Amino acid sequence: MRPILMKGHERPLTFLKYNRDGDLLFSCAKDHTPTVWFADNGERLGTYRGHNGAVWCCDVSRDSTRLITGSADQSAKLWDVQSGTPLFTFNFDSPARAVDFSVGDKLSVITTDPFMGLSSAIHVKRIAADPEDQIGESVLVLKGPQGRINRAVWGPLNRTIISAGEDAVIRIWDTETGKLLQENDKDVGHKKTITSLAKSTDASHFLTGSLDKSAKLWDSRSLTLIKTYVTERPVNAVAMSPLLNHVVLGGGQDASSVTTTDHRAGKFEAKFYDKILQEEIGGVKGHFGPINALAFNPDGKSFSSGGEDGYVRLHHFDSDYFKIPSI
Amino acid sequence: MIFSLTLSPEKEDSNKYPHAAMGIENLGNAPAQKPRWGELEEEDDGSDYDFLLPPKQVIGPDEHGLKKVIEYKFNDEGNRVKITTTTRVRKLANARLSKRAVERRSWLKFGDAVHEDVGARLTMVSTEEIIFERPRAPGTKAEESNASGDPLAQMSKGGAVLMVCRTCGKKGDHWTSKCPYKDLAQPSETFVENPNPNPADAGASGPAKGGAYVPPTMRAGAVRPAAGGADMRRRNDENSVRVNNLSEDTREPDLLELFRPFGSVSRVYVAMDQKTGMSRGFGFVNFVRREDGERAIAKLNGYGYDNLILSVEWAAPRAN
Repeated sequence: MRPILMKGHERPLTFLKYNRDGDLLFSCAKDHTPTVWFADNGERLGTYRGHNGAVWCCDVSRDSTRLITGSADQSAKLWDVQSGTPLFTFNFDSPARAVDFSVGDKLSVITTDPFMGLSSAIHVKRIAADPEDQIGESVLVLKGPQGRINRAVWGPLNRTIISAGEDAVIRIWDTETGKLLQENDKDVGHKKTITSLAKSTDASHFLTGSLDKSAKLWDSRSLTLIKTYVTERPVNAVAMSPLLNHVVLGGGQDASSVTTTDHRAGKFEAKFYDKILQEEIGGVKGHFGPINALAFNPDGKSFSSGGEDGYVRLHHFDSDYFKIPSI
Repeated sequence: MIFSLTLSPEKEDSNKYPHAAMGIENLGNAPAQKPRWGELEEEDDGSDYDFLLPPKQVIGPDEHGLKKVIEYKFNDEGNRVKITTTTRVRKLANARLSKRAVERRSWLKFGDAVHEDVGARLTMVSTEEIIFERPRAPGTKAEESNASGDPLAQMSKGGAVLMVCRTCGKKGDHWTSKCPYKDLAQPSETFVENPNPNPADAGASGPAKGGAYVPPTMRAGAVRPAAGGADMRRRNDENSVRVNNLSEDTREPDLLELFRPFGSVSRVYVAMDQKTGMSRGFGFVNFVRREDGERAIAKLNGYGYDNLILSVEWAAPRAN
């Protein structure tokens, strides 16, 4: 493959997201400017200026008109995708982290970090169709987890919210009542901070990646552990292919091995695993720093990775990727 | 005068560089035929002799995407020159866009992208071909990413492989001299046999699995410095096995083949008579591990090799 390198960010990447049609790629980084690129040739379309802090996460509506971003400047902003103008700002008392549009884009979940005595929380905001009518009030605020909540997403049919974070526990909350419905079984769950979460296309199962060097596949309704994928590196980002039964993990490097590994540049790789067999089927090298973000194009024919090096690498798969035997 | 059309040496581009390769050849400066002056255009000022040149040829993209454009022109000295440009056209992606995606394609740039000029170079196609690396077959799986510069542990299992690279251990990919990672440390011992890579593998990948830091001197295959108390020469003698009653034409490779099954052999030596060029009847085999030497002694002492019965024992320490 010939990856397309996009160096639009000066600081490490934090998140990557494709729009539903698969023609736009949104990238968030620790520099304060989320950027949108064309997903076929990597050409930059525009940047969203307005945040004053690292942007941790973003989500785009299904019609690709609205973008929501969560930033360390204690706000989450709603943008018009085409023009780059900020439509609304949700202000919080602590840095915002994860954001996710609900199915239908009428609601959004925004998590905030623990900060100065405040514990971390999950806010649910109603998103108005007309930005003029947008109000900043939360429909629902969920509290409870200790430590940072790194990812929060909507469960199937918006009935539940799934959150995961520093305390390594995955929680399922009821959207109507706000009650905690389930927590994952501690024996089989992650042992260290969960850094990333990726849903399947139908939201029936999701993948979590953790600093304990593994990623786990869970059922969204029952929270039973389905599969575990083991790697030698702490996992910073996970993604599931919408087309084939593949799972991709991207990670960093153990602190202890920094001095012992050789100096070959470009050797941080995104590891591909067979989703069902839990076996490694391949790796794509190239990043000069730990991989912090991974995203699959909804058509499954390309994927992109964002690293600590500030680069986004967009890979269009060769035909032999699609011919990998499943054994 | 008839000029010959010899082809310039074609620099076909490799997979790595999809840009053009040029070949230029000087064809001499005598025109083949003089045009008839009556057929010349009036406005011709006499310096435009391009009609003397053969027309430009474009050999379209073939199945590999290679396209050749052959042009002729006059260089500064007035010599006719043939320029062959070879390019490889390769489509990176198929953009099959929905209607709305096509609309989005024509959106105006905003934010920092507004003043972007074409040469912005924010987006570049990588010059390197990145392959989707399949993991090696189970059994030879060594953690390439973690075991640093540990080529010895990654050598293939003896014999069953077509192409082995000693530097990176990839089977069937390239030979050692063609290794893309040539700058890695080469195996320190010139001759290391590893028909049984599992212990070495465990050594290299053990820390990877256990997570403990393994200093370079403690890893499998590492050369321990003299501080260990045994320098190179003495280490060679520690597990030294003496083989007596060798036949005249026994040489080092024969001894190696005979003792290999017992374990990793670090050195073989057959004592030779310089004058006759024949073996003096004995030799030494150094094993990496003492147990291998023990087993070798147990099995091969009294073994009939060639036409003689071998005598195999531990070697007496060196006189000096």
